[in-house]
Amino acid sequence: MTMEADRHGLEHEEDDKGGASDEHSAHVGTYVLGLALATLLTIASFWVAKTHLIYDPGIPMALATLAVAQMGIHLVFFLHLTTAPDNTNNILALAFGLLIVGLVIFGSVWIMGHLNHNLMPMPQLMQMQR
Amino acid sequence: MSAAEFTTAIADPYRLGHRGPNLARGHGGGGPATKRVIVGYGFWLFLLSDIIIFACLFATYAVLADATAGGPKARDIFELDRVAWETACLLASSFLCGLATIAVAQRNQILTQAALVATGLTGLAFILLESSEFAALHAQGFGPTRSAFLTGFFTLVGCHGVHVTAGLLWLGTMMAQFYAKGFRPDIGRRFLCFSMFLHFLDVVWVAIFSLVYLVGTRL
Repeated sequence: MTMEADRHGLEHEEDDKGGASDEHSAHVGTYVLGLALATLLTIASFWVAKTHLIYDPGIPMALATLAVAQMGIHLVFFLHLTTAPDNTNNILALAFGLLIVGLVIFGSVWIMGHLNHNLMPMPQLMQMQR
Repeated sequence: MSAAEFTTAIADPYRLGHRGPNLARGHGGGGPATKRVIVGYGFWLFLLSDIIIFACLFATYAVLADATAGGPKARDIFELDRVAWETACLLASSFLCGLATIAVAQRNQILTQAALVATGLTGLAFILLESSEFAALHAQGFGPTRSAFLTGFFTLVGCHGVHVTAGLLWLGTMMAQFYAKGFRPDIGRRFLCFSMFLHFLDVVWVAIFSLVYLVGTRL
């Protein structure tokens, strides 16, 4: 009973101190740096999409790389994902989420690509059904 | 294994770059995690499940991108200038929401409301740009029923647009709550969730403008 009361007291005290504030990283500099890096990467992406300097089949991979880099910037500078101990659970959940996302996207593209490849072309299929 | 090493292994089983016993809150050594950390974690799990929904829509789009059924291809309909403006609007919105986070931390009512209004206006500009794009496509007869490619496109990008619209409604309620209830801890935690939601939408948009629009114009 007393322990529970203590715990409640602690929680109130802590919430009164830092409940509404983002005590870790509420600095203008963090957001400005994040904005600058994200802007740079965005400009780079649009440049890659328009340029003819890069080998054409390599462009999707270049754009994907820039996109992943920019998502990393967003996660670190805007969502404040860090390696700090109170962020461990968030990082592990993110890793699991990325696993699922990878399975869904690459699995779908892989399987459907093979199905498309093995499917009879539409005109022949129509002919067979006559 | 010495006693000290054993304690360390128990306290920091993942050894994520932190040596010595882990006395951080929520890790056994330092007592329960703060309510703010727990709320943030819970909402983070929601965002990850939301990103799995988006992954399914991305996969659908990727599979159907070539199924144009004689209709327009991606490079025939995408206007990169408009996409660049949409990207700028959403990035600005995300940044201004960050400024609002700082204003909330300082408990400055005027700055908070001003930053949130700016966040909302840039978000609204994004929605209007996207609506005009969808309306123009529809007027040309390239609606979602034209081809499987357009179905996938409208579903993916439209789902993101709906999320942003919902975020704008949430923004309105956050402004009202800060105005009416002040900087209470529970309102602060709600705002934490809102800011995570907005930043997350920007992450999804990065994937959309890179992998749908920019790659689409080069295929």
